[in-house]
Amino acid sequence: MRVGTFLAVLMCMCMVGAAPGLAEDTIKIGAILGVTGPASFLGAPEAKTLEMLTDEINKKGGIKGLKIELIIKDSGASPEKAISFAKQLIEEDKVFAIIGPSTSGETMKIKGIAEESKMILISCAATEAIVNPVAKYVFKSPQNDSYAAIRIFEQMQTMGILKIGVLSSNTGFGKAGKEQIEKLAPQYGIQIVANEVYDKEATDLTAVVTKLKAAQVQAFINWSIEPAQAIVIKNARQIGLAVPIFQSHGFGNIQYVKAAGPAAEGVIFPAGRLLVVDTLPKDNQQKAVLVQYKKDYESRFKEDASTFGGHAYDAFMILVKAIEKAGPDKEKVRETIENMQGFIGTGGIFNFSPQDHNGLDINSFEMLTVKDGKFAVLAKQATKKKK
Amino acid sequence: MGHRTYASIPFFDGMQHIELLSQYLVAGITYGTIYAVVAIGFNIIYNATGIINFAQGEFVMLGGMTAVMLHTLLPLPLAILGAVIITMTVGALIEIVFIRWLTSPAVLRLTIITIGIAILIREIALALWGTGVKALPYFTGTAVTVISIGDVHISPQVLWVISISAVMVVILHFFFTYTLLGRQMRACASNRDAARLCGISAKNMVTLSFVLSAGIGALAGCVVSPITYVQYDSGTSLAIKGFTVAILGGLGNSMAAIAAGLILGILESFSIWVMPTAYKDVIAISILLLILFVRPSGIFGNVEASRLKEF
Amino acid sequence: MARNKYLRIAIFTACVIAIQIITSFAGKTPYLTQLTMAGYYSLVIIGLTLLMGYTGQISLGHAGFFAIGGYLSAFLTTYNLIPYKDKLVVTWLAKTGALVMRQDLYGRDILAVQPWAACIAAVLVTIAIAYVIGRPVLKLKGHYLAMATLGFGTIVYKIVLGTGLLGAADGLSDIPGFRLIPGLEVSGKAALRIQNYYIAWGLVILGVTLLTNLIHSRVGRALRSIHGAEDAANAMGVNTSQYKQNIFILSAVFAAVGGVFLTHFNGGIGPSEASIMKSVRYVAIIAIGGMANLWGALSMGTVLNFLSLRGYFGSYDDAVFGFILVVIMLLAPEGLLRTDLFRDIRKRFQHKPSQEEQSP
Repeated sequence: MRVGTFLAVLMCMCMVGAAPGLAEDTIKIGAILGVTGPASFLGAPEAKTLEMLTDEINKKGGIKGLKIELIIKDSGASPEKAISFAKQLIEEDKVFAIIGPSTSGETMKIKGIAEESKMILISCAATEAIVNPVAKYVFKSPQNDSYAAIRIFEQMQTMGILKIGVLSSNTGFGKAGKEQIEKLAPQYGIQIVANEVYDKEATDLTAVVTKLKAAQVQAFINWSIEPAQAIVIKNARQIGLAVPIFQSHGFGNIQYVKAAGPAAEGVIFPAGRLLVVDTLPKDNQQKAVLVQYKKDYESRFKEDASTFGGHAYDAFMILVKAIEKAGPDKEKVRETIENMQGFIGTGGIFNFSPQDHNGLDINSFEMLTVKDGKFAVLAKQATKKKK
Repeated sequence: MGHRTYASIPFFDGMQHIELLSQYLVAGITYGTIYAVVAIGFNIIYNATGIINFAQGEFVMLGGMTAVMLHTLLPLPLAILGAVIITMTVGALIEIVFIRWLTSPAVLRLTIITIGIAILIREIALALWGTGVKALPYFTGTAVTVISIGDVHISPQVLWVISISAVMVVILHFFFTYTLLGRQMRACASNRDAARLCGISAKNMVTLSFVLSAGIGALAGCVVSPITYVQYDSGTSLAIKGFTVAILGGLGNSMAAIAAGLILGILESFSIWVMPTAYKDVIAISILLLILFVRPSGIFGNVEASRLKEF
Repeated sequence: MARNKYLRIAIFTACVIAIQIITSFAGKTPYLTQLTMAGYYSLVIIGLTLLMGYTGQISLGHAGFFAIGGYLSAFLTTYNLIPYKDKLVVTWLAKTGALVMRQDLYGRDILAVQPWAACIAAVLVTIAIAYVIGRPVLKLKGHYLAMATLGFGTIVYKIVLGTGLLGAADGLSDIPGFRLIPGLEVSGKAALRIQNYYIAWGLVILGVTLLTNLIHSRVGRALRSIHGAEDAANAMGVNTSQYKQNIFILSAVFAAVGGVFLTHFNGGIGPSEASIMKSVRYVAIIAIGGMANLWGALSMGTVLNFLSLRGYFGSYDDAVFGFILVVIMLLAPEGLLRTDLFRDIRKRFQHKPSQEEQSP
C-alpha cells in the first residue's frame, strides 16, 4: 500500500543516522563550497586546498593533538542547499567552525543562521556586506572588492584615463564589483560612459565590445570570473579596440591567460601576490607562505594554483592558528581570530579587529599585468600629464 | 553613477555609423551560424523520428572536449576527425541503448528521455574532465589575428565556422537528395510504414540520423571552440538556442534553420545596441514563445503540414 | 467511496505525525528541517500532478511559478519603503495595514510590506501571469507545449538573474518570518522547528484534500475525459480549454504558495530556485511516482528532496535526477510505486511486436 511504502522508506532513513557521535580525539570542521555548478571556478580549488591542508596537518599530528575531520558539502552555489547544509553542520554534525561558502549570495543567506547559532563562519566570498555590518561570528578571507577597484582607479589616474566602460557578468562576483566601481569612480574623477552586464555563459561578446568602441572609451574594466573574461579580451582586440583593459582579481588563474592567448598581453589587474610569487623579492613577508602553497598545490593536483584556492587556505589556516593558540573552545577561538594581527596568508597580511572581520587592506593587492603569456608585476609609471 | 548611452553612435560621422552597424552584423552572423548548426542537428533527428533531441547540445560539447583531449596526442586535423568519429559512436550508442528497442513509444516520452540523457552526458563529462575550460587552438593565426575591411574586423576563425558550416550543409543536401541512403532516410521521415514496405529498415535509419547529428554537432563544437571555449556544461544553453532556431525556421527544415539562425543571431546582436546585455537571452526566448503562440510551424514552415504531423 | 478517499488522507496524516514523533524520539529532530523543505517542494508536486497527471499537459517550467511566488514575497517584505514614506501609495498602503515597521537583523528600521499581504499579492500576481501565459501555451501540444513551458521557465530564471532589485545572482536575504496567527510562525528558527514541520505538511495535507475532492467531483471526471480523449470530450460539450486553463492556474498557485512559504522558512531565495534543472527535477519526481499517482509522487518526492538537501548525492545531484528520468521513462513510464509494476516490466522484456502504448 503506497502510503505504507512512504512510511517505511522514511523510517529506514531515520535509522541511517547522519551524525556520528562526537569522537574525543577529533575536531570537526565543516565547509560549504560550490565545487560543481556555476561557481566551480571558486569552489573546486577551494575544496582541493582544504583537503590538502587537512591531510598535511593530520600527518603532523593534528591541532593540539586533535585530528581534523573535514566535512565538505557541495552546494553547487545553490542558496537553499547552503542553508540546509549550514543547519546540518551546525545542529547535527556539530562542527567547530564552517569555512565558506564560495559565493556571496550563499554567505548572505547563512550569515544570520551562523550568528544566531554562535557558529564561527569564515567565508571565502568577497562581498563587503558579509562583514559590514559586523556579525560577531562571521569573518571573511578574500580582500574587499573596493580595494581592487581603488587600485584600478589609482592606476587609471597615473595613466590619465578619464572615460571608461564597465563590463560585468551576471553573477554575484560581477554584481559586487560593478557596485563598487560605480560607487568609487566619481571619487577619482572617472566617468563611466558605457556599463553592460553580460551573461556568464556568453560565447561571443563582440557586440558588447563594439558598443564600448562606439562610446569611445579610453579604457574598460571587465569584472567577471568565467571564461567570458578571456572571450571579452579577445573580442576587444579583434575589433580593434586597442585601449588598456583592466580585469578584476577574478583573472587570477593562468588558464585564462592561456585561453586568451596573445590578446591577454598588457591586461592590467589587481591580484594577490600568489600569481607572481617567483618574481617577489626575497625579503617579501608573504613569499615563504606563497611558495609553499603553490608548490604543494601544484605537485598534488597537477594544475595551476589560483588565488581562489588561496582564500580557502587563508580561512583554514587562520582557524587552525586560532585553535592552536586558544584551544578547542569556540568562544576563545572567536576572540582570538578577532584580535589576530600580522597573520601572513596568501591574500595578504591579516590584521583583524572587532570592527574589521576581514583584516586585509589595500596593500594586499598588487597590480599585475600579463607579459609574454605570464603574470608579472606592473611597473610603476610616472603620472601622465592630463591634457 | 555610471550611465549607458543609447544613441552613442555619433550621427555626424556617417562612415563610422555604417562601420559599427557592420561590426554588429558580423557579430550577429557569428552567433547565428553557431545556433544554425545546432539547429540542423536537431532537424535531422526530428525528420527521422519526430523526436526533439535535447542531447544535441551535448554532442557539440563532446566534440570540442574530445578534440582537445586528442590534440595532446595527435595533430589538429586528426584530433578533430577522431573527435567526430568518437562522438558519432556515442550518438549511435545512445540510440541503440535507449531508443531502438522501445516499441512505438510516445514521442513526448522519448523527448523527455533525451533530456535525461543530456543531463547524464553532462555529468559524465564533469567526472571525466572536471570543471575546467578548454579550447582548440585557432585554425589559422591566433586570438588576435583579424581580417579587416575598413574599421570592421572579423576573426579568421569566424570564417572557418561559416565556411565549414556551409560545406556541411551542402554535403547534407547532396546526401539527402542524391544518395540512396539519404533518400531512404527521407522516405522514412515522410512515411515510415510505406518505407518499411519498400524494404528500408526504419530502425537503421533512426540510428543513422543520430550518428549524423552527432557528427555535425561534434564538428561544430571543434570549429567553434577557439572562439567560445567548451566546458562540461556548455551544451545546455546551446541546445536551447539551437531548438529556438529550429522552431523559428520550422521544425525539420534545415535550410530555413540557417536563415532563422542568422536572423536570431543578428537580432540578438542588435539588441545589445539598445538594451542592457543582461536581457539578451530573454529576447531569444521571447521570440521562441512568440513563434510558438502565433505560428508554431515557424517562419518558413508549412502551416497545414505541421498540423498533420503526429505528436 | 467517500470513506475510502478520506481514509488515505487520514493515514497520510497519521504518517506525518508518526515521523515527527519518531525523529524526536530518535534524537534526530534536525531532520525536520529538510523534511519541512521537502514538504514545500511537495506543494509544487501536487500542482504538477494535477497538471501533468490528470490533464496530461507537460510543464518543464514550473519552477518558474515557485520562483515568482518566492521572489515576490521576498521582495515585498524586504524592500525598504522609508525613503518613500511620504508618497501617496505608501501612506494608502499603510492605512490598509499592509505595511509593517520592523527592525532587520542589524537593528536598522525597515518599513516593508507585511508577510500576509505579500503572500496574497504574490498569489494574485501568479494567477495573473498563469492566466496570461496559460491561454496561448495550452493551445499547443506535445513538443511545442514542452518547449513553451521550458521557455517560460527560462525567462523567469533570466529575469530574476538579471534584475538588480531582485538581488541578481545573489538573490534576496534576511527575509523575516511569516506570522500566520499569533503563536504560529513560518521561520527558520531552530526553536520553531516542529511547528514549522506541521505548518508545511499541514499545507500539503490541505492540498491533497483539495486535490482528492477535485478529482472525485464532476471536475475530476471532466479532467479525465480531457486526458483520455480531448476531442471526444470537446464533442461531448466539455469546455476543455477552460478546464485546462483553470487547472494550469491552480497548479501555478500551488507552486507559488510553496515558494512563498519556503522563502520565509529559509529566510532567503536565490535564482537557483527558478532554474531549468529544478523544473526537470519536479518532472522526474512526477515520472518516478507515476504520472497520475499522487501518493507515489509525494513519497518519492519527499525521499529524493530529503536526500538531495542533505547532500547524499554529493556533486552528482543532477545526475541522479537525470538517471531517474531516463530509467523511468524507459522502463516504467507509468511510475514505480504500483502493484502491477513487475508484471509490466516482465511484459516489456518478453513481447517485442507492436503494442499500442498509451501516451503519458
